[in-house]
Amino acid sequence: MPSRLPPQPRERIDRSRSVSFRFEGRDYAGYVGDTVSSALLANGVDVLGRSFKYHRPRGVFSAANHDANALMQAGGELNLRADVTELQSGLDLAAVNTVGGLRRDRGRMVEWLAPMLPVGFYYKTFHKPRALFPMWERLIRNMAGLGRLDTADATQRQPKEHAFCDVLVVGAGPSGLAAALAAAEAGARVTLVDEQPTPGGSLESEFGGDEQAGAIRAGLLERMLAHPGIAFRPGAVAAGYYADHWVPLVTAQGLVKLRARAVIVASGAFEQPAVFRGNDLPGVMLASAAQRLVHQYAVKPCERTVVFAANPSAYRAALDLVRAGVAVAAVADLGDPATRGAPVDAVKALGIEVLAHTAVYEARARDGRLAGVELRRLDAADEPLPEGARRIECDGLLMSVGWAPAAALLYQAGTRMVYAEIPGQLVPAELPAGVFAAGRVNGVFELQDRLADGRAAAAEALAHLGIAVPQASRPGRGSEAHSHAYPIFDHPKGRNFVDLDEDLQLKDLKRAAAEGFDNIELLKRYSTVGMGPSQGKHSNMNAVRVLARLNGRSIDDTGTTTARPFYHPVPVKALAGRRLRPERRTPMHAWHAAHGAEFMAAGHWLRPKFYGPAPQDAAVAAEVRAVREGVGLIDVSTLGKIEAFGRDAGELLDRAYTLRLSNIKQDRTRYALMVDEAGVIVDDGIAARLGEEHFYLTTTTTAAEGVYRTLQRLAAEWRLQVDLVARTGQNAAMNIAGPLTAEVLAPLTDVDLSAEAFPFLGARRGHVAGVPALLMRVGFVGELGYEIHVPAAQASHVWTALMEAGREHGIRPFGVEAQRQLRLEKGHIIVGQDTDGTSTPFDADMGWAVKFDKPFFLGKRSLQVLADKARYRLVGFALPPGYAGPLPKECHLVIDGGEIAGRVTSIGASPSLGRVIGLAMIERRLGEVASLDIRVDGGAMMQAPVVPTPFYDPDNLRQKAPSVAKEAAA
Amino acid sequence: MKLIDCPSIGPRPAAEFVYGGAWRPMPDPDACSDADWAHYVFHRDGAPGVRRELWYHGPSGTWLVAERDTLSDRFLRTTSLADAVAEEGDYA
Repeated sequence: MPSRLPPQPRERIDRSRSVSFRFEGRDYAGYVGDTVSSALLANGVDVLGRSFKYHRPRGVFSAANHDANALMQAGGELNLRADVTELQSGLDLAAVNTVGGLRRDRGRMVEWLAPMLPVGFYYKTFHKPRALFPMWERLIRNMAGLGRLDTADATQRQPKEHAFCDVLVVGAGPSGLAAALAAAEAGARVTLVDEQPTPGGSLESEFGGDEQAGAIRAGLLERMLAHPGIAFRPGAVAAGYYADHWVPLVTAQGLVKLRARAVIVASGAFEQPAVFRGNDLPGVMLASAAQRLVHQYAVKPCERTVVFAANPSAYRAALDLVRAGVAVAAVADLGDPATRGAPVDAVKALGIEVLAHTAVYEARARDGRLAGVELRRLDAADEPLPEGARRIECDGLLMSVGWAPAAALLYQAGTRMVYAEIPGQLVPAELPAGVFAAGRVNGVFELQDRLADGRAAAAEALAHLGIAVPQASRPGRGSEAHSHAYPIFDHPKGRNFVDLDEDLQLKDLKRAAAEGFDNIELLKRYSTVGMGPSQGKHSNMNAVRVLARLNGRSIDDTGTTTARPFYHPVPVKALAGRRLRPERRTPMHAWHAAHGAEFMAAGHWLRPKFYGPAPQDAAVAAEVRAVREGVGLIDVSTLGKIEAFGRDAGELLDRAYTLRLSNIKQDRTRYALMVDEAGVIVDDGIAARLGEEHFYLTTTTTAAEGVYRTLQRLAAEWRLQVDLVARTGQNAAMNIAGPLTAEVLAPLTDVDLSAEAFPFLGARRGHVAGVPALLMRVGFVGELGYEIHVPAAQASHVWTALMEAGREHGIRPFGVEAQRQLRLEKGHIIVGQDTDGTSTPFDADMGWAVKFDKPFFLGKRSLQVLADKARYRLVGFALPPGYAGPLPKECHLVIDGGEIAGRVTSIGASPSLGRVIGLAMIERRLGEVASLDIRVDGGAMMQAPVVPTPFYDPDNLRQKAPSVAKEAAA
Repeated sequence: MKLIDCPSIGPRPAAEFVYGGAWRPMPDPDACSDADWAHYVFHRDGAPGVRRELWYHGPSGTWLVAERDTLSDRFLRTTSLADAVAEEGDYA
């Protein structure tokens, strides 16, 4: 039974500070500095959880952050790993995967069903009969998943930190410490991270009992902690590698987004288990786990142990355990102990029996925990021999048969790894620029070699940064294997687990391969090996070894599964960002809100859709009437606005737009239509000439940024002398329109609004309400109207002044919906609504806007090809007054002979005309049709008579000669 | 996140940039065949390798031409568009 030891030199616990906590409903006490696992073991509790599938009892296995079977929940804190979760006062813990508690887990019944649950059973079993699936689904959902999520818990978000350094060193073990010091001493800004709360790495555990290592450790730590050039971040998991040395560090406080100029990965190696029957019993653990418990937490993991060995570190572990008062009954070495170096002699000198070429064939249980082992000698082919099997009583079994490099970051960075017989693991063969490996992840095991490897890696990193230092050669990888090639033993009764997370036995992998899933990626997906919470840290390498042997191929030919970020599960609260939704508001936003505006999104902008409190239809109708019969004001600040200056400004516009714009007369405007290289309409707006070398352009709201970018690109590509200034945010704009416009505007402006002085399509600069303004006389809504552009800071003042001055004339603010209706009555298109991603000007009946007599413009060549090949045309349709049948909606299809022949692009009830009008884009092959057959919601057909556009004021008299409109209104 | 070297202000995170498509010479629109023009407008060579691409750095308003190895996703060189046009002779 495990228990607490007297004080140990490296222990992390503070014996003066006791911590009380609960586990599975019972009270316990530990110390500050304990993990949940170490505190429970110190209390004699060795069953810490139940396995995922069979609900087998499990205890400490790695004590290194991948004890996926000792997952616990404390209130809202899910999936706490007992082996690394620091003990806190008042923790009320429960094992996650039990039915009715850890001790009497009813879920263990599942193991009796195990013969009926072979690998992949859920792919084969539950799909028929189909009617039963909902029942299975409920059952599976209850069984699967770890922990209970309370969806009522408050959302948690942690802050993000951005950090920068020259050299990031991942891992503060001997090689990482040496690398960090060497880099910092050469003047580099170093960040050193380690997932452990204290630095030292294996110096704290596997070398914890080694005096020489203790002296090295003391020197390294003192220098590292004192060096001003090293930022040491303990308790930080380097969770992934992203492009250009961007590494997220997951800390208890939140995520640190670290950008380094070079990365040294000194992340060490994961000790790997042997696979034999009963290798999952509480009491069976990795030798490094036992050493961690002894040195860091002063916990004696067992009373009497057997050591299962295949490398020198096994013997160091045996010595550490003896010093801690554990009886070591025997060391079973898979190979020849004579090759393991000095510690072997020390072990033998203690009178401990060392058995060569011997395997632990089976671990036996009593009361759900380890009670003894059966050892078997291996034949020449490393197969266990039944003859002469020995049984030894023990409550502990330490496995030290191999290591796998903690190479996730290296893989993610694009490192090519190859298998090396010495030291018996995958090692980096080709590293990407700026990424370096040192220590055991690089296959270097001897302590002095690791220090040298760290220093050499630092020198290479410094050279990468352009800091001249003498380059040191890398130490070799020694002369012996530290990992056994196949520490995996079959047993007729199974329960030899390759993956403890997912309860996968050796036979499961064999069966999966036999069923054809004999590629490592397929094997992973079919069997789920490596897909549990520990993400294959103790299972992937053994699975590769198993598959390689089954296929008779090498480790390199077998390959490994893809390593993806994150290397370690990351709480969502560490990733959850602020909900930032960019939103732009015009300067008049507050006024709109105060006057009942219902807002809608237009790109990032918010625009008034209509002004309440009346319901939308009534409000829009009233707003339309105001513009047609009186005067209305709309905020059009969201329009893109660009100023172009320079000798070649006109030339640029001629080349960028389909119409000729360079010959616009001074203080005049012209429609501007832009197509892309394929001739597809991308934007439209107004171009105004304000000077010989000075133009002012507007664009649609959503294309503002894109058009500005395009013009910049074209100017650079054609080497034109043009300066472009984006004015979209700097200038606000409003459109005042209606027959009574002049009455409202004239008293507020110094611009002469008379038809002679300021004709239709004119542009004038002056003042409105005392504010410098650009006025453009436009006709988008089909009435006398002026677009008024003013500096954003004064826009609200101008708006208010216009509303004030217009009060006696019944001025009304109008929104986007009314504007859409007004322009529809005029048959004006909206780019992107009445056109789509294939529409050319010819499809939109805007051939008049294409000037082929210009020497060049963007899209000209494509439009020349397409001029006589247009497939579509835009037609207007109008329903009879009083029509009461089904109404088409935008995007309803026009049908011809059962085939799709077009679609409705715009539709609305016209208050001015008293009927429903719309635009449709139809195929030209239909010819001149008298009506459109439109399929509406539910599949019903309706007929819409085709009429010419504009629907309203077809001769445009109202916008050109406003006196006409005024007479009509009067 | 990747870094892209903006010719105006140096390395910046890729999120500040807008991809502007492949940069390729335009055939003479008045002289080339319809087929050549269609190829220019619609066809893109997607095979991995070193490509010349247009990128736009929003905060500094810089158009640039990047030589990027799309196989290794490495930016080999960035040049302002104006400079790239000026040295087009070197590229051709």
